[in-house]
Amino acid sequence: MIEPRLLTGGQAVAEAMRQVDPDVVPVYPITPQTPIIEGYAAFVAAGRAHGELLDVESEHSALSAAVGAALAGARTMTATSSQGLALMAEIVYIAASLRAPVVMAVGNRALSGPINIHCDHSDSMLVRDAGVIQLFAESAQEAYDLMLLAPRLAEHPDVMLPVFVCQDGFTITHSAEPVALLDDDTVRAFVGDYHVSAPLLDVAHPTTRGPFAMPDYYFELRHQLAAALHAATAVFPELADELCGLTGRRYRALEPYALEDAQHVLVCLGSTGGTLKDAIDELRAEGEPVGLVEIRSFRPFPADDLRAELADVRRATVLDRADSPGGAPPLFADVAAALNGSGVELSSVVYGLGGRDIHPEDVRALVSSSERRAYLGLRGEPCPV
Amino acid sequence: MPLLTWDELPAGGAVRPDEAERLRTGGWRTGVRPEADVSLCIDCLLCWLYCPDSAIRLEGEAFAGFDLDVCKGCELCSVVCPTDAIAMVADDD
Repeated sequence: MIEPRLLTGGQAVAEAMRQVDPDVVPVYPITPQTPIIEGYAAFVAAGRAHGELLDVESEHSALSAAVGAALAGARTMTATSSQGLALMAEIVYIAASLRAPVVMAVGNRALSGPINIHCDHSDSMLVRDAGVIQLFAESAQEAYDLMLLAPRLAEHPDVMLPVFVCQDGFTITHSAEPVALLDDDTVRAFVGDYHVSAPLLDVAHPTTRGPFAMPDYYFELRHQLAAALHAATAVFPELADELCGLTGRRYRALEPYALEDAQHVLVCLGSTGGTLKDAIDELRAEGEPVGLVEIRSFRPFPADDLRAELADVRRATVLDRADSPGGAPPLFADVAAALNGSGVELSSVVYGLGGRDIHPEDVRALVSSSERRAYLGLRGEPCPV
Repeated sequence: MPLLTWDELPAGGAVRPDEAERLRTGGWRTGVRPEADVSLCIDCLLCWLYCPDSAIRLEGEAFAGFDLDVCKGCELCSVVCPTDAIAMVADDD
């Protein structure tokens, strides 16, 4: 363990990439992800990382190249945000269905339009159903740690799927905080070598990838993908235990906070968990039985764990940093499905779209509110549903 | 061949060459199939060369009929045959 250094989330993830030292990194810049690939490119230029850095002409090409490299037999990473992820969307589905274990750092940013560069989770939600694993970090430290865990999870023989390590744009990507890095040798030993069965460059054992599937097989292959995501539910805690042995930091698919005797539990993704913890500390000091569940693994969604953690609570308020116009916000929909029949009262709060800040006093207000559906800080009455 | 369940399929639907040889894609045939009059055949093997699948059977270097399990009925063999030994006929199967 090296002494903590002051690093942004972007720098911390670039350090993780240098230490994992993937074979191929196809990239295209986009705010707020750019510091990740700039940082990694500087390591390559200095001879401190040895991956093939491919400057391609778009994000569509970046992920396409990554899929080809991963299937050819190379450990592959890339990074993107917002419109970049939207442009990749077609290939995100293909990467998952071809079972290409590409690791991608995502700096979450609002989708256009209107055009905006700040954080929300609409980009991740756009590819929610692609069949990729999506892990959300609360801090730069978590982004670093999850970026070390990601290749092992992606490449596990029961899984073989792309993994996104999501960090909130600017809030994490550009904010410096103390980050404790492992030493390089420890990381190399933890991630090990890249193995995939039947890599395309193994010409003695050729395979066809991405064959056409007619109505008689498409359904089965999509279900196989769902089963691989489900398998990741069992693999994640094994890897998290192993990593915890090196870092002392333990990750679960969800992180409970102040749940003992909690009557009202907040549920969120990403950096907002930090704000909620501060607000909950204050409310707890005043005797309010408030708790938090941070969803670390949004896909696969830890529905069983959530049901178990919230078995005795009266109310859950789900904070979504993305909306689903005309329907239920995405995190709320998953929580509601997981708690269906449990008797827990549910409230939905959409907040922080396009990078609008959330403050501890906002949390205080929403905890005391009895609204079942709210848009935090929205000017004007919400439209009817 | 019975259809495989999702957990019997290779990950991501990857196909090995030996598996491709077993596939009976002739089920897609267009409604016509080739029929040869071997008395006209000169074993030039143009049909074998042009067939976009592997529907022309050979015995050594001699024409030996069609593999209808993979023939799609594209008619190329009948078009390139220099002696008009191959005709397309209605495929009633």
